[in-house]
Amino acid sequence: MVNLLLTIAGSITLLSIAISMVRFIKGPSSADRIIAFDVISVSSIALIAFIAVISERIIYLDVALVYGILGFLGVIVVARYLEKGL
Amino acid sequence: MDTNLLGIIGGLSAIGGSVFLLLGSIGLIRMPDVYNRIQAGTKASTLGTILSLAGLIFIFPSWFGKFIVLILFVLITNPVSSHVLARAAHFIKVPLSSLTKLDKLNEYHETDAPTKAHLSENEINKEREE
Repeated sequence: MVNLLLTIAGSITLLSIAISMVRFIKGPSSADRIIAFDVISVSSIALIAFIAVISERIIYLDVALVYGILGFLGVIVVARYLEKGL
Repeated sequence: MDTNLLGIIGGLSAIGGSVFLLLGSIGLIRMPDVYNRIQAGTKASTLGTILSLAGLIFIFPSWFGKFIVLILFVLITNPVSSHVLARAAHFIKVPLSSLTKLDKLNEYHETDAPTKAHLSENEINKEREE
């Protein structure tokens, strides 16, 4: 029963990632694409946490933490590049 | 994994968090302006992820520490990164939507002194001597 609920939650999160890709492809400015990347990165933290609970392995939560760190650093580095140059 | 009440609560709050993520990404498509999209995307996705992770604590109470680290990390870093991105987008003059009535950051940019971050120390001293 809990596995079924978590599978439904994971598929809704996957649908949200697919919808954010539309903004990633279409966005007229570069800030649109960066915010779509940030939303995808935070959604995949939740998705990896669901997979971790379904397969009962705690090591997958470390993968989610790495996604969080790299997404945060990526957004800040690209925003600084847009403002000041390399 | 137990199938009693705590497991069902965790599963339902995980579904609630993912519904917030879905609404946030729908808002990302429909908003007319880059600044509105930054607000919709960041607020909804942060809340949805935190709600999902907080619900998953009920299913495996012994994994409490790692879930708390993830929740604190997302809670602290997501607003910071969206703020930096919104300032950079305003700086490179991404156009506001036609429905906007007031832009207070424009006045702040005009009265701000131009930055000298790109000059080296020798050039700053030469400018001061002139």
